[in-house]
Amino acid sequence: MLYRENGQFKTSYRADQQILPILQDRIAVFVLLAVAFVAVPMLASDYLMRAILIPFLIFSLAAVGVNILVGYCGQISLGSGAFMAVGAYGAYNFFVRLPGLPLIPALILGGLCAMFFGILFGLPSLRVRGLYLAVATLAAQFFADWMFLRIKWFTLDTPSGSVAVSNLQVFGMPIDSAVSKYLFCLCILAVIALLAKNLVRGAIGREWMAIRDMDVAAAVIGIRPMYAKLSAFAVSSFIIGVAGALWAFIYLGAWEPSAFSVDYSFRLLFMVIIGGLGSIMGSFFGAAFIVILPIALNQFLPLLAGLVGITISTTAVSHAELMIFGGLIVWFLIVEPHGLARLWAVGKQKLRLWPFPH
Amino acid sequence: MKLRKIVLAAAVVAAGASSLVSTGAFAQAKEQYLPVLSYRTGPYAPNGTPTANGIVDYYKLVNARGGINGVKLLFEECETGYDTARSVECYERLKGKNGGATLIHPWSTGATFALTEKAPADKIPLITTGYGRSESADGTIFKWNFPLLGTYWVAADAIIQAIGKKEGGLDKLKGKKIALVYHDSPFGKEPIPLLQERSKMHGFDLQLLPVTAPGVEQKATWLQVRQSRPDYTLLWGWGVMNSTALKEAQATGYPREKMYGVWWSSAEPDVKDVGQGAKGYNGVTLQHGTDRNAPIVKEILEKLHAKGQGTGPKEEVGETLYLRGVVSAAMGVEGIRAAQERFGKGKVMTGEQVRWGLENLNLTQAKLDALGFKGVMRPVSTSCADHVGAGAARIHTWDGAKWTFTSDWIEADQQIIKPLVKSTAAKYAADKKLSPRTPADCQS
Repeated sequence: MLYRENGQFKTSYRADQQILPILQDRIAVFVLLAVAFVAVPMLASDYLMRAILIPFLIFSLAAVGVNILVGYCGQISLGSGAFMAVGAYGAYNFFVRLPGLPLIPALILGGLCAMFFGILFGLPSLRVRGLYLAVATLAAQFFADWMFLRIKWFTLDTPSGSVAVSNLQVFGMPIDSAVSKYLFCLCILAVIALLAKNLVRGAIGREWMAIRDMDVAAAVIGIRPMYAKLSAFAVSSFIIGVAGALWAFIYLGAWEPSAFSVDYSFRLLFMVIIGGLGSIMGSFFGAAFIVILPIALNQFLPLLAGLVGITISTTAVSHAELMIFGGLIVWFLIVEPHGLARLWAVGKQKLRLWPFPH
Repeated sequence: MKLRKIVLAAAVVAAGASSLVSTGAFAQAKEQYLPVLSYRTGPYAPNGTPTANGIVDYYKLVNARGGINGVKLLFEECETGYDTARSVECYERLKGKNGGATLIHPWSTGATFALTEKAPADKIPLITTGYGRSESADGTIFKWNFPLLGTYWVAADAIIQAIGKKEGGLDKLKGKKIALVYHDSPFGKEPIPLLQERSKMHGFDLQLLPVTAPGVEQKATWLQVRQSRPDYTLLWGWGVMNSTALKEAQATGYPREKMYGVWWSSAEPDVKDVGQGAKGYNGVTLQHGTDRNAPIVKEILEKLHAKGQGTGPKEEVGETLYLRGVVSAAMGVEGIRAAQERFGKGKVMTGEQVRWGLENLNLTQAKLDALGFKGVMRPVSTSCADHVGAGAARIHTWDGAKWTFTSDWIEADQQIIKPLVKSTAAKYAADKKLSPRTPADCQS
């Protein structure tokens, strides 16, 4: 009833090709942005922002990056944790070695380091495909683990190999309260997500998708596979690198190489698969599912048990958390193999017709 | 729909039934709130569980004794799975609850690094008994960190001294070969600066052999040991890495008598699986070892476990890691008590006040004996400059069935450790542009 585009006529190509062609969508997105930028900082508790929303924002950003590579270009990668690590350590080295370097250029330089690293480890994609490529990119992960553990130069020769940053500020404003950290991450995410959305709608995004759907056919119609694949690796690892730098600088503050273990590569891949391959929106759903759900379960289960009248131990809670989480992954993949984003699209389609069946 | 919810609840209950332990918090007025970060699941659970049991049992015991001058302890566990990100989440979740957290034991080196950056802003002291950053011993720079009872440098120094004694003098170490098999993480790398210092002093050859975490695959490392045949091997592992290393040592035929583990590598879970194969293996202890006859252990058994209020299996009470939990919890509780003596007995203390208490701990042997730590611990006294408070350790040896002490107290050489702490802490301060605390700040 409310959600339908009848009567919204497009009089120019520009209007027809905008990101959100339907008025209701535009309103919804503006409301969402207003909530995220204004209402959340005013209402959310310190804990909610620091422990849940900031990780969610950072992982959403990383998932957008992974989605460009895996979802749009079809290059399965298990090196995302490594790209995050390179971004984090790259930004750290620029930040510490160049005194007076502002935070944002440091993050961008970190992202660029990750980009070159990504291109380097994207080279095998010109020869190997699919699962074999996934194995090849796993090498990036092990190489990064090795590099940041063993090459002391990257960690400024600290005896323990762990590094820390402090006194972060942007344009003279200190980034240390929960609100400022949240807003900083949100701004970066909003800017990069918008850029990513426009990239995948444009010529280059279409090239990536053509390569994903059938690379031989794409080559035949004049798309250069090397350029398309490596540009996907470059853009994707830049975004993942920035996310890694944010994770290290904003969320952890001090970190060691194991903060970017292979576990993160898997987690990011699962986010993209569960959220929806080839959908920027899906990255957000996937990140919410993987980041927020376990914590929510962890806090909700004792309450649930309290209602039934029993106290359960922390061990039982965390075992149950893992089981339910695993169960839900399987359930969602059976119900909608194309991910949560597809579920969302189906819902929207239904809403368009509602309340009529056809 | 309703049925589905019931089924879900039933599944949860069934899942938890096997490991149901009631650790619910007791809500009462006038309580000191203590969050407990624990890892009872994940790859390090065999080591994390007894420690958590020890902490919780000690808090329960304090409450059974009537609290700290009448102030009862309110505690809550949060499961971290030894994951740094999850530990930070737990910290954020618990720090503001029930009037604010009083102190935090991070129980992981990774989490300690992350929380070191956060605790000063939140004004919550961090207690890292026998782990964390060694340089945080310098309280003039690390105002909120308390690596009480000993740092990794104390452990490494004590081991080298023990080896020296075995050889008949530290000067006999010249030309000897000592290998360090370590967990490739900040935790494992911590002892290296001290060992390098010692190797320069005595002229022994230090061989560094990293093991990739979690350490289930060590064939390559032990092949190197086999080739170079070091005179002694130091083991700096955690969790499954320790028992794997001992099994590999057995397989390569490296004498276990020549192996020395840090206090995180020499507890029951590390050697139990290896049993007789680990016979002769030595470990440095964080003051306490395994002691089933200590007064504190008997009291816990009598006041908690006999009444069915204990945490975890009764048989593990008094084992090394369990006692580590007890001793660590006791340090925090004594910090609160010291704070109460200055800021008002019978009152709930804030994090800042407890920080003062931890910095001015003066636990004499008489006080420790009265608490039930006779034979378990030695006196601890901290100050503004010294956040460790003690620097002595003993060596215990596995005889195939139990740990027994095989050395007297070894006092770590502060002549070596102090300058190392000073220079490393100064580097940290320079990197972060911190200035050391003034004497006036030390008084407050």
